Amino acid sequence: MTEETRTLVIEREFPHPPEKLWRALTQPHLIAEWLMQNDFEPVLGRDFKLHVESPRWSGIIDCKVLIVEPNRKLAYNWNSMGLETVVTFTLTPTKNGVQLRMEQSGFREEHARNFHGAKLGWQKFLGNLEQTLARLD
Amino acid sequence: MQTPDTIFRSLSDPTRRAIFERLCRGGEQTVWMLTEDAGISQPAVSKHLGVLKLAGLVGDRRDGRETHYSAKPKALAPLLDWMSLYAGFWHERFDHLESLLNRMDQ
Repeated sequence: MTEETRTLVIEREFPHPPEKLWRALTQPHLIAEWLMQNDFEPVLGRDFKLHVESPRWSGIIDCKVLIVEPNRKLAYNWNSMGLETVVTFTLTPTKNGVQLRMEQSGFREEHARNFHGAKLGWQKFLGNLEQTLARLD
Repeated sequence: MQTPDTIFRSLSDPTRRAIFERLCRGGEQTVWMLTEDAGISQPAVSKHLGVLKLAGLVGDRRDGRETHYSAKPKALAPLLDWMSLYAGFWHERFDHLESLLNRMDQ
């Protein structure tokens, strides 16, 4: 496979101690409050699922814990409908709290149309539009 | 620029999608030409066009008493760039995370 993948990076500083953020990232009832319903356990190699319920993100995301470094780093697979990515959270203490960096890597262009199209039943529609856009440039 | 959310919402209706596709394929058209094909009333077509216009997907041009509508497919770019959708998703989740942290005990 020589196909290029892309990585999404989102960063934000929170005025809270890293230990507190770590709890929000690793305790199932807290994860449910900000991310999704889940059966997460902070154990290396553990499989778990994230459940999504919204018009645009319905379904289940299959995950496996890849890295657990308490208060520092957490990573898991994020696989859903043919999309195979890895989500990595890195916590860095700052003067006022903690910097959270979320990296989601492994995005492949070919999956974009299938993934969103399948969710919405729009494969044909998005395919046509992509052609339309291509002709405009 | 419109957000993917606005664009998604505006295209969530099959009739609106059909109108938009027709404009993409057939070029500039009046509301009457669109009504003939749509199988719904002219006011209904006008309403759909209004929603598409708000989302930046359709533009209009007055010519005398007629308004000509045309598709602006470039407005779809954020929708086709799925990474921007994920970025939107994570920003929203980070907002939830921030409010959760504010509610949690030390």
